Amino acid sequence: MQSETKTTVDRTSGSNGASIAVLRFSGDISSTSKDSVLGAWQSVSGNSPVLLDFSKVDYINSSGIALIIQILMEADKTGRKVAAFGLTPHFQKVFTMVGIAKYAGLYKDEPTATASL
Amino acid sequence: MVITAGTSVEVRLPSRLGFEKVAMGTAASVAQLMGFPPDRIEDLKTAVAEACINAIEHGNRLNEKLSVGVILSATAHALEVKVVDNGTGMEKQPPKPDIDRKIHGEEDPRGMGMFLIQALVDEAEWVRDSKGKGSYVRLVIRLDKENQ
Repeated sequence: MQSETKTTVDRTSGSNGASIAVLRFSGDISSTSKDSVLGAWQSVSGNSPVLLDFSKVDYINSSGIALIIQILMEADKTGRKVAAFGLTPHFQKVFTMVGIAKYAGLYKDEPTATASL
Repeated sequence: MVITAGTSVEVRLPSRLGFEKVAMGTAASVAQLMGFPPDRIEDLKTAVAEACINAIEHGNRLNEKLSVGVILSATAHALEVKVVDNGTGMEKQPPKPDIDRKIHGEEDPRGMGMFLIQALVDEAEWVRDSKGKGSYVRLVIRLDKENQ
């Protein structure tokens, strides 16, 4: 019933040439997404900033939001900057309501999010 | 097709995570036919999904022999949604989630569902049945919210 979460790990460069890790999610982000979401996060060890790409995500529920919070918890421990882009206006509102926007900048598109890091 | 006051639609879901999307789709279709704007339909979809997830996980404890009932009732100015399970309901409402406490590991990162429901609809009421036969959450989303 739920669409499987796929997460690909990518790299891009910031305006200063520094490496930025990009986690590109697709499908649903829900309770069944733990291995995909947290597994991808664990594969980008280090201190580089991280972009979260939600542009191909169809559905996020409260269990999925909890996984994003777990990423932000880990990032906060090591001082890694995180920015997100590609959320629909509804999920931008939801992420702001639950406080995620306090710990990850929410941007419309990848260039704007990259420029923020 | 237009949905008028008094129309009721009922869906029964197996207590398996993922089936909340069936209720989401049904609620969205009914709301669209009633004339709700797209942003309110998105609010409704998330609230209905979270109510169903709570019913599946906590009310029916993922017991697939039990079903979750979703009853959508149109009135002249609002859509009411009841999500019914076989649990005994909550004794008390959980505290409002605190993102700072979650980030610092002082609070479970989960537990956003009820907060989202309350934030996204115009009314949310949890009704207990201590016999475990019909606890439900009742949600109301109004057509003319801007004029309230």
